[in-house]
Amino acid sequence: MSAVQPLEHRIVKSRFALSDLVAEAFSGMLARPGRTMLTILGTVLGVVAVVATLGIAKTSGNQIVSRTDELSATSVSVSNRSEGGFRSPSNNVSSIPWDAEDRLTRLNGVVAAGTMTRVDTSGSLVSSVPINDPLGQSEFAIDVVATSPGLFEAVLSELSTGRYFDEGHSIRNEPVAVIGSGAATRLNVTRVDQQPAIFVGDTTLVVIGILDDVAREPSLINSVIIPNGTANALFGTGAPAEVHILTELGAAQLIGDQAAVALSPNEPETLRVSVPPEPRILKSGLQDDVNSQFLILGGISLLVGAIGIANVTLVSVLERVGEIGLRRATGARRRHIAAQFLAESAAMGLVGGIIGASLGVLVIVAVSAQRQWTPVLDLYVPLLAVPGGAVIGLIAGLYPSWRASSLEPVDALRGGT
Amino acid sequence: MSAVVELAGVGRTFAGSPPVEAVRDADLVVEEGGYVAIVGPSGSGKSTLLHILGCLDTPTSGSYRLRGIDVGGLSDGDRTSLRGAEVGFVFQAFHLLPYRSVIENVMTGLVYNRTPRRVRRERSRQALERVGLSHRLDFTPRQLSGGERQRVAVARAIAAQPSLLLCDEPTGNLDTRTTSAILDLFDELRTDGLTLMVITHEERVSQRAERRIEMIDGFLGEAESS
Ligand SMILES: Nc1ncnc2c1ncn2[C@@H]1O[C@H](COP(=O)(O)OP(=O)(O)OP(=O)(O)O)[C@@H](O)[C@H]1O
Ligand SMILES: [Mg+2]
Repeated sequence: MSAVQPLEHRIVKSRFALSDLVAEAFSGMLARPGRTMLTILGTVLGVVAVVATLGIAKTSGNQIVSRTDELSATSVSVSNRSEGGFRSPSNNVSSIPWDAEDRLTRLNGVVAAGTMTRVDTSGSLVSSVPINDPLGQSEFAIDVVATSPGLFEAVLSELSTGRYFDEGHSIRNEPVAVIGSGAATRLNVTRVDQQPAIFVGDTTLVVIGILDDVAREPSLINSVIIPNGTANALFGTGAPAEVHILTELGAAQLIGDQAAVALSPNEPETLRVSVPPEPRILKSGLQDDVNSQFLILGGISLLVGAIGIANVTLVSVLERVGEIGLRRATGARRRHIAAQFLAESAAMGLVGGIIGASLGVLVIVAVSAQRQWTPVLDLYVPLLAVPGGAVIGLIAGLYPSWRASSLEPVDALRGGT
Repeated sequence: MSAVVELAGVGRTFAGSPPVEAVRDADLVVEEGGYVAIVGPSGSGKSTLLHILGCLDTPTSGSYRLRGIDVGGLSDGDRTSLRGAEVGFVFQAFHLLPYRSVIENVMTGLVYNRTPRRVRRERSRQALERVGLSHRLDFTPRQLSGGERQRVAVARAIAAQPSLLLCDEPTGNLDTRTTSAILDLFDELRTDGLTLMVITHEERVSQRAERRIEMIDGFLGEAESS
C-alpha cells in the first residue's frame, strides 16, 4: 500500500450480493441437472438411511409398547398398604370402599374395575355332594373369593360356559358362584344349565358360570367366586382387600396417580398402587444394536456423499478455470470465487438433504403401512436433515473452493477454454 | 484530457530457466479517449502487456498508474476492484459460460461492480444490440458461430461501461462486414470517452487506430501511423 496517496477511497470496492450468490449457486447446479443428481446421490442415500432408521426405530418402539406389553401397560392394582394383601384378610381395616368399582369406572381412562377379597370360610372344604364324605375324596380345599361384577372384565377372564353374576345378585345376597376351570374339574362340574350346587361347609351355592381362562389373575382358575354382597351375608366378609383396574392403552400411569384418591379421599396414603413400568423404559434397549448398525451405514453413506460432492466440485473447478479467470477479470475477488463454489456445493448438499429427508419419511410410512404400524417420527429429524445436508455440502466444498480462489487470474485466463 | 494509462520503465520477467523477459522497459502514456493498436509478432509480449494494463498481472519492475492510481501499491483485493470498475476485456479466448444464455453471459460482466440487479438485463440487451446480436439473446454459446461468440464477448466488456477497453484480437473471427461494424462501434465508444487498446494482426484494424505501437521481443516502439 502506498502511504503517500490516499487511493483506496477512489476505488469502488467490488461486491458479490447475497442474491447473486444464491442465483449463481443454483444456476451452477441446474446447468447440468444429470450430473448434479448423480453428485448428490450419496448424500441422498445417507440422509434417507439416517432419517428412516430413526423413524422406524421410533415407530417400532411404540409398537412394542402397544402390542407386546399391552397386558401390563393397561393394568393397575390397588391394595391396602398396612396388610399383606388379600391373602391375609383382617376385617374392617381396609380403606377400600364397597363401591370401589363405581368410583373407579367414573375415571376417564378406566375400562373396567373390580374388587377382590378372600373369603374366610373358617377352613370349610368345598364339595359338590351334600353329604360329609368321611374319606374326604369329594371335598377339597378350594379358595373362595368375593368380587364385584366388574372384576371379571378387569382381569380379562373368559367364560367357558354359563354367565357371570351381576350387581343384582350381590344386592340380593343370592347364593350364586362362578367357578374357575381348575375348581370345576376337581368338583366335577361341567355344565351349568341344570343349576348344579356346590357346598362350602354347610352353605349351598348355585354354580352359574365356569371360567375358562383368567389372563391377569390365574389364581382364580382354582377358586370359587361369589358376589361381595353374598360373601358379606353368608360369611361376614369385610371391606374389599384389593382392586384390579383395566385401563385404556397409555392411561395406566394417569389412573395409577388418581386411583388412591378416588378410593380413599381422606387417607390415600394407606393404599398401595401398582402400575406397569413406564413405556419409555420398556421400549429402549430392544433394537439398539440394529439401529446403531443402520446409523453407522447412514454415516458412511453421508461421508461417501460428501466425498462425491467434493470430487465433482473439484472437477468442476478445473473445468471452469476460464470462467474463474473471467470472473476475476470482471472484478470478482478471491473470496467471491470461494463463496460461489462453496454455495454451489452447499446447495447440492441442501437439495440432497431435502430429497433424502422426503424419501426417508416415505420409507417410514411405507414400512409402517406394510407392518400395519402407526408411523411415528420426531419432527426435528427431517427438519435437521435438510440443514445437515447443506453443512455436509459446505464442508465438501471447502477444498475445491480454496483451490478455485487461489488461482491467479492470468493463469486462469491462459489455461481456460 | 488526463492520462488513463501511464507506464514508466515497466518490465515483466517470468521466472524459469531461462527466465523470459516478456515485457522490457516499457514507457507509454495513453490519454482519455485514446485509441491504440498494438501490433507485433507472436510471442513478442502483447498479451502480457495487456494483462499488466488490465491489472490482471503486476510488473516485476517499473511503475504503472491507471487513472492516476499506482497499481503497484494496491492490495490484490483493491486491484481486483479497480479492474472490475475501470477495465473491460475482450480476450483471445472468449471465456463464455457454456450453460448460460447469451444475455446471461453479458450480465455476468455486471455482477461484481455494483450494477443494480434490475438494470443489468436492460444494459446487457443494449450492449448486445450494439454488436448486432439482438436476435440471439436466448441462444447458448454452443449455438453461436465463432464471430457471434466474439461479439458476445465484446458486448460483455462494454456493458460494464469501463473507462479502458482492452482487446486481444477482437476481430480475429469476424468477416469483413462484422469487422467494420465492430470498428464503427469502437469509434462510437471513443466519443463517449472510452479509452481503447487493441492487439491486432489486421492492418485494417490498426489503421483505424490513432496510434500504432509495435512490440518486438518485449520492447515497445511507436510505429508510423499510416
Ligand atoms: N506464465 C508464463 N510463464 C512463462 N513464460 C510466459 C508466461 N506467460 C507468457 N510467457 C512468455 O512470454 C512471452 C510473451 O507471451 P505473450 O502471450 O505476451 O505473447 P503475444 O505477443 O501475446 O503472442 P500472440 O500474438 O501469439 O498471442 C512468450 O514467449 C511466452 O512464452
Ligand atoms: Mg497473445
